[in-house]
Amino acid sequence: MQQILFFFIRNKNFLLFSVLFLIAFSLTIQSNSYHTARFTSSANFLSGTVYSMKSNAFDYFGLQDENTKLLNENIILRKQLEVFKNNSEIIKKDSSTISTKYEFISARVINNSYSKTKNLLTIKKGSNDGIKIDMGVITSNGIVGIINNVSENYATIQSLLNTNSQINARLKNSNHFGSIKWNTKATNIVQLTDVNRLAPVNIGDTIITDGKSTIFPEGIPVGTIKKYELGENDSYNLDIQLFNDMTNLKHVYLITNNHAQEIKELEKEGEDVQ
Amino acid sequence: MYNSAILINILRFITLVLLQVLLLNHIGFLGYVNPYLYILFIIIFPLDGNRSLLIFLSFLLGLSIDLFGDSGGVHAAASVFIAYLRSPILKFSFGVSYEYNMIKINKAPLIERLTYISLMVLVHHLVLFTLEIFSLSHILLLLKSTLFSGIFSVILIFCTLLLFSRKS
Repeated sequence: MQQILFFFIRNKNFLLFSVLFLIAFSLTIQSNSYHTARFTSSANFLSGTVYSMKSNAFDYFGLQDENTKLLNENIILRKQLEVFKNNSEIIKKDSSTISTKYEFISARVINNSYSKTKNLLTIKKGSNDGIKIDMGVITSNGIVGIINNVSENYATIQSLLNTNSQINARLKNSNHFGSIKWNTKATNIVQLTDVNRLAPVNIGDTIITDGKSTIFPEGIPVGTIKKYELGENDSYNLDIQLFNDMTNLKHVYLITNNHAQEIKELEKEGEDVQ
Repeated sequence: MYNSAILINILRFITLVLLQVLLLNHIGFLGYVNPYLYILFIIIFPLDGNRSLLIFLSFLLGLSIDLFGDSGGVHAAASVFIAYLRSPILKFSFGVSYEYNMIKINKAPLIERLTYISLMVLVHHLVLFTLEIFSLSHILLLLKSTLFSGIFSVILIFCTLLLFSRKS
């Protein structure tokens, strides 16, 4: 017994080191898997408070930029409203088409990372404001990412610039689709992979989101094609220049799909039948 | 340790964490180069201080950085790693004088000081980026990040030491 005790005392530093290193290592492994409750997430009280204090102090410096962005968005919305007014005759006959399928919530970004390989953003809205995991995140320019962790007052977004991200998107002028991934090389360029070889691909073409997933509505802009090459399996791999400046995000919109539950249940039933 | 030393170390801990997460984590020079100044805490932790305490404090230090940076436990792992390896690295850089407790980091010859800081930074960054990137297909990015962030960190740590060293 004494021998064992002495052994522990003599090697206490190494044992302490091993235990702490293993804890840290398992936290790392855990954080690499999507959708598990993470212990070290910036959606917690401590870091949330510090980050929102910081963004309270520094947000004033970006107000001019924010105003211009909002004005630009207003102009676009006004244009769309005009179109809508002109067509209002048709709309009135079929009021059920004015869908309430998607709802939007706005939120302020309090922390943004873009220099790592798995980047996340933190926003100052949480489950108390109706934020749930798997909600889509966009700005007026285009898509940003997907909510992957929520606490009471804060939430984190898995950004497009994250090697774990996979989001469906398609070409605007045809229905050929692929999935967006990131090869970590540049913060303004992502990759659209597995696009069918028959797709009409041109440099400068716009990429938009696909309506197939329940996360994003159809037609949210992503970016334009910058480069393309024929990869393995006879499919295109495209480099996409993002519309969003991922390094400068202040306010974002979160999208809830009110029909998501219904769609998922239906699909699950279909799988069970098979 | 005297009470004042404990207070100084607590203040240093908090200042370095805040400086790291609020300012230095957002530098992103050339997209991926970030200095990690917070390991200064481990580097200048009193040489005659308790080694187990240092290992435990390093874990807390790394974990706080991870909490803010959403990085799982990579900083905690890297910090614990260099805290454990500090004695051998000290012995390697300062030679015999370390074993007789005669060394003061700010008064040691420039080359020895530089070796010590560079070795600590290099080991820390290597563990950090290996765990963070965690794939062999990005090994070039790993080495590139380690090298450039390492140079950046060494310069910053060295300057901070010069700036805050007591003249007496």
